Amino acid sequence: MNPGSIPVWAQWLVALCLVTGALLALIGAFGLLRLRNFFQRIHAPSLGNTLGTWITVAGSVLFFSMQAGRPVWHEVLIGCFIFITAPVTSILLVRAALGRDRRASVSRNDEPTGKTGDEDDGT
Amino acid sequence: MSAVLEWAINLSLFMLSLAIAFASIRLLRGPTAQDRVVALDSLYISGMLLLLVLGIHFGHHLYFDVALLIALFGFAGSVAMAKFLLRGEVIE
Repeated sequence: MNPGSIPVWAQWLVALCLVTGALLALIGAFGLLRLRNFFQRIHAPSLGNTLGTWITVAGSVLFFSMQAGRPVWHEVLIGCFIFITAPVTSILLVRAALGRDRRASVSRNDEPTGKTGDEDDGT
Repeated sequence: MSAVLEWAINLSLFMLSLAIAFASIRLLRGPTAQDRVVALDSLYISGMLLLLVLGIHFGHHLYFDVALLIALFGFAGSVAMAKFLLRGEVIE
Protein backbone atom coordinates (compact mmCIF):
# COMPACT_ATOMS: atom_id res chain seq x y z
CA MET A 1 0.00 0.00 0.00
CA ASN A 2 1.34 3.42 -0.88
CA PRO A 3 1.09 5.71 2.10
CA GLY A 4 0.21 8.98 0.40
CA SER A 5 -2.85 7.72 -1.44
CA ILE A 6 -5.41 8.43 1.27
CA PRO A 7 -6.23 11.95 2.51
CA VAL A 8 -5.82 12.77 6.16
CA TRP A 9 -9.51 13.37 6.94
CA ALA A 10 -10.35 9.95 5.51
CA GLN A 11 -7.66 8.37 7.67
CA TRP A 12 -9.09 10.02 10.78
CA LEU A 13 -12.61 8.91 9.80
CA VAL A 14 -11.52 5.31 9.14
CA ALA A 15 -9.65 5.26 12.46
CA LEU A 16 -12.73 6.56 14.30
CA CYS A 17 -14.96 3.95 12.63
CA LEU A 18 -12.60 1.10 13.46
CA VAL A 19 -12.16 2.06 17.11
CA THR A 20 -15.89 2.63 17.60
CA GLY A 21 -16.84 -0.71 16.02
CA ALA A 22 -14.25 -2.63 18.04
CA LEU A 23 -15.36 -0.85 21.22
CA LEU A 24 -18.99 -1.83 20.59
CA ALA A 25 -17.98 -5.45 20.03
CA LEU A 26 -15.94 -5.35 23.24
CA ILE A 27 -18.88 -3.91 25.22
CA GLY A 28 -21.13 -6.65 23.84
CA ALA A 29 -18.68 -9.40 24.81
CA PHE A 30 -18.21 -7.85 28.26
CA GLY A 31 -21.96 -7.86 28.80
CA LEU A 32 -22.08 -11.47 27.63
CA LEU A 33 -19.53 -12.27 30.30
CA ARG A 34 -20.96 -10.22 33.15
CA LEU A 35 -24.77 -10.37 32.98
CA ARG A 36 -26.61 -12.80 35.22
CA ASN A 37 -28.98 -15.12 33.38
CA PHE A 38 -29.43 -16.18 29.78
CA PHE A 39 -32.27 -13.83 28.87
CA GLN A 40 -30.22 -10.84 29.95
CA ARG A 41 -27.11 -12.21 28.31
CA ILE A 42 -28.57 -12.57 24.83
CA HIS A 43 -29.15 -8.80 24.60
CA ALA A 44 -25.52 -7.83 24.97
CA PRO A 45 -23.83 -9.30 21.85
CA SER A 46 -26.46 -7.92 19.48
CA LEU A 47 -24.87 -4.50 20.10
CA GLY A 48 -21.63 -5.66 18.52
CA ASN A 49 -23.46 -7.76 15.95
CA THR A 50 -25.44 -4.95 14.36
CA LEU A 51 -24.00 -1.51 15.08
CA GLY A 52 -20.39 -2.66 15.51
CA THR A 53 -20.45 -4.58 12.23
CA TRP A 54 -22.06 -1.70 10.34
CA ILE A 55 -19.55 0.87 11.63
CA THR A 56 -16.55 -1.36 10.87
CA VAL A 57 -17.92 -2.10 7.38
CA ALA A 58 -18.43 1.64 6.79
CA GLY A 59 -14.80 2.29 7.74
CA SER A 60 -13.65 -0.50 5.44
CA VAL A 61 -15.75 0.80 2.53
CA LEU A 62 -14.35 4.30 3.01
CA PHE A 63 -10.77 3.02 3.17
CA PHE A 64 -10.94 0.85 0.05
CA SER A 65 -12.87 3.50 -1.89
CA MET A 66 -10.20 6.07 -1.08
CA GLN A 67 -7.44 3.62 -1.91
CA ALA A 68 -8.91 2.55 -5.25
CA GLY A 69 -10.11 6.03 -6.26
CA ARG A 70 -13.60 4.72 -7.09
CA PRO A 71 -16.55 3.60 -4.96
CA VAL A 72 -16.08 0.06 -3.65
CA TRP A 73 -19.39 -1.17 -2.32
CA HIS A 74 -19.07 -4.91 -2.03
CA GLU A 75 -18.26 -4.89 1.69
CA VAL A 76 -21.83 -3.75 2.36
CA LEU A 77 -22.77 -7.39 1.61
CA ILE A 78 -21.39 -8.45 5.00
CA GLY A 79 -23.32 -5.71 6.77
CA CYS A 80 -26.60 -6.61 5.04
CA PHE A 81 -26.09 -10.30 5.69
CA ILE A 82 -25.39 -9.82 9.40
CA PHE A 83 -28.25 -7.32 9.62
CA ILE A 84 -30.67 -9.94 8.27
CA THR A 85 -29.36 -13.03 10.04
CA ALA A 86 -28.62 -11.80 13.58
CA PRO A 87 -32.32 -11.43 14.61
CA VAL A 88 -33.10 -14.88 13.19
CA THR A 89 -30.43 -16.47 15.35
CA SER A 90 -31.59 -14.53 18.42
CA ILE A 91 -35.23 -15.52 17.98
CA LEU A 92 -34.38 -19.19 17.48
CA LEU A 93 -32.09 -19.21 20.51
CA VAL A 94 -34.62 -17.52 22.80
CA ARG A 95 -37.30 -19.97 21.66
CA ALA A 96 -34.97 -22.89 22.29
CA ALA A 97 -34.13 -21.54 25.76
CA LEU A 98 -37.82 -21.08 26.63
CA GLY A 99 -38.65 -24.60 25.50
CA ARG A 100 -35.73 -26.09 27.36
CA ASP A 101 -36.64 -24.24 30.57
CA ARG A 102 -40.24 -25.35 30.31
CA ARG A 103 -39.31 -28.97 29.65
CA ALA A 104 -36.81 -28.97 32.51
CA SER A 105 -39.37 -27.58 35.00
CA VAL A 106 -42.08 -30.03 33.83
CA SER A 107 -39.81 -33.02 34.16
CA ARG A 108 -38.70 -31.82 37.58
CA ASN A 109 -42.30 -31.54 38.78
CA ASP A 110 -43.32 -34.83 37.22
CA GLU A 111 -40.72 -37.09 38.63
CA PRO A 112 -41.97 -39.54 41.27
CA THR A 113 -40.97 -38.65 44.77
CA GLY A 114 -39.65 -41.07 47.30
CA LYS A 115 -40.06 -44.22 45.23
CA THR A 116 -36.58 -44.76 43.88
CA GLY A 117 -34.53 -43.93 46.89
CA ASP A 118 -31.69 -41.45 47.06
CA GLU A 119 -30.29 -41.59 43.53
CA ASP A 120 -31.54 -38.09 42.64
CA ASP A 121 -30.53 -36.36 45.85
CA GLY A 122 -27.13 -35.26 44.67
CA THR A 123 -28.35 -33.28 41.68
CA MET B 1 -0.02 4.50 6.36
CA SER B 2 -0.10 7.29 8.85
CA ALA B 3 0.47 6.99 12.57
CA VAL B 4 -3.18 7.66 13.38
CA LEU B 5 -4.49 4.79 11.28
CA GLU B 6 -1.77 2.42 12.51
CA TRP B 7 -2.58 3.28 16.14
CA ALA B 8 -6.32 2.85 15.58
CA ILE B 9 -5.80 -0.50 13.87
CA ASN B 10 -3.65 -1.76 16.72
CA LEU B 11 -6.13 -0.54 19.33
CA SER B 12 -9.11 -2.13 17.58
CA LEU B 13 -7.20 -5.40 17.08
CA PHE B 14 -6.50 -5.44 20.81
CA MET B 15 -10.13 -4.73 21.71
CA LEU B 16 -11.45 -7.38 19.33
CA SER B 17 -9.01 -9.93 20.75
CA LEU B 18 -10.29 -9.06 24.22
CA ALA B 19 -13.87 -9.53 22.99
CA ILE B 20 -12.93 -12.96 21.60
CA ALA B 21 -11.32 -13.85 24.94
CA PHE B 22 -14.50 -12.82 26.85
CA ALA B 23 -16.67 -14.86 24.50
CA SER B 24 -14.40 -17.91 24.90
CA ILE B 25 -14.59 -17.61 28.68
CA ARG B 26 -18.39 -17.63 28.43
CA LEU B 27 -18.17 -20.51 25.94
CA LEU B 28 -16.14 -22.60 28.36
CA ARG B 29 -18.00 -21.57 31.53
CA GLY B 30 -21.58 -21.22 30.29
CA PRO B 31 -24.01 -23.00 32.58
CA THR B 32 -26.46 -24.05 29.87
CA ALA B 33 -26.09 -25.10 26.25
CA GLN B 34 -27.81 -21.99 24.88
CA ASP B 35 -25.25 -19.80 26.66
CA ARG B 36 -22.53 -21.62 24.79
CA VAL B 37 -24.30 -21.12 21.46
CA VAL B 38 -24.68 -17.37 22.11
CA ALA B 39 -20.99 -17.20 23.03
CA LEU B 40 -20.05 -19.00 19.80
CA ASP B 41 -22.23 -16.55 17.84
CA SER B 42 -20.53 -13.55 19.44
CA LEU B 43 -17.13 -15.19 18.89
CA TYR B 44 -17.52 -15.63 15.15
CA ILE B 45 -18.81 -12.07 14.73
CA SER B 46 -15.76 -10.74 16.59
CA GLY B 47 -13.48 -12.90 14.46
CA MET B 48 -15.11 -11.56 11.31
CA LEU B 49 -14.58 -7.97 12.48
CA LEU B 50 -10.96 -8.89 13.25
CA LEU B 51 -10.54 -10.06 9.65
CA LEU B 52 -12.04 -6.80 8.32
CA VAL B 53 -9.59 -4.77 10.41
CA LEU B 54 -6.71 -6.98 9.22
CA GLY B 55 -7.84 -6.38 5.64
CA ILE B 56 -7.49 -2.62 6.21
CA HIS B 57 -4.11 -3.20 7.85
CA PHE B 58 -2.66 -5.11 4.92
CA GLY B 59 -4.69 -3.24 2.29
CA HIS B 60 -5.76 -6.44 0.55
CA HIS B 61 -9.14 -7.52 -0.81
CA LEU B 62 -8.74 -11.20 0.05
CA TYR B 63 -9.74 -10.67 3.68
CA PHE B 64 -13.21 -9.56 2.60
CA ASP B 65 -13.90 -12.99 1.06
CA VAL B 66 -12.75 -14.78 4.18
CA ALA B 67 -14.94 -12.53 6.36
CA LEU B 68 -17.97 -13.17 4.12
CA LEU B 69 -17.39 -16.93 4.32
CA ILE B 70 -17.10 -16.76 8.11
CA ALA B 71 -20.38 -14.82 8.27
CA LEU B 72 -22.18 -17.37 6.05
CA PHE B 73 -20.95 -20.49 7.80
CA GLY B 74 -21.26 -18.98 11.25
CA PHE B 75 -24.91 -18.18 10.62
CA ALA B 76 -25.54 -21.70 9.29
CA GLY B 77 -23.85 -23.23 12.33
CA SER B 78 -25.70 -21.03 14.83
CA VAL B 79 -29.07 -21.78 13.24
CA ALA B 80 -28.31 -25.50 13.16
CA MET B 81 -27.35 -25.53 16.84
CA ALA B 82 -30.40 -23.45 17.82
CA LYS B 83 -32.68 -25.80 15.88
CA PHE B 84 -31.05 -28.76 17.60
CA LEU B 85 -31.68 -27.18 21.01
CA LEU B 86 -35.25 -26.37 20.01
CA ARG B 87 -36.39 -29.70 18.63
CA GLY B 88 -33.67 -32.26 19.15
CA GLU B 89 -33.00 -32.60 15.42
CA VAL B 90 -31.67 -30.19 12.82
CA ILE B 91 -33.65 -31.04 9.67
CA GLU B 92 -37.16 -32.39 10.08
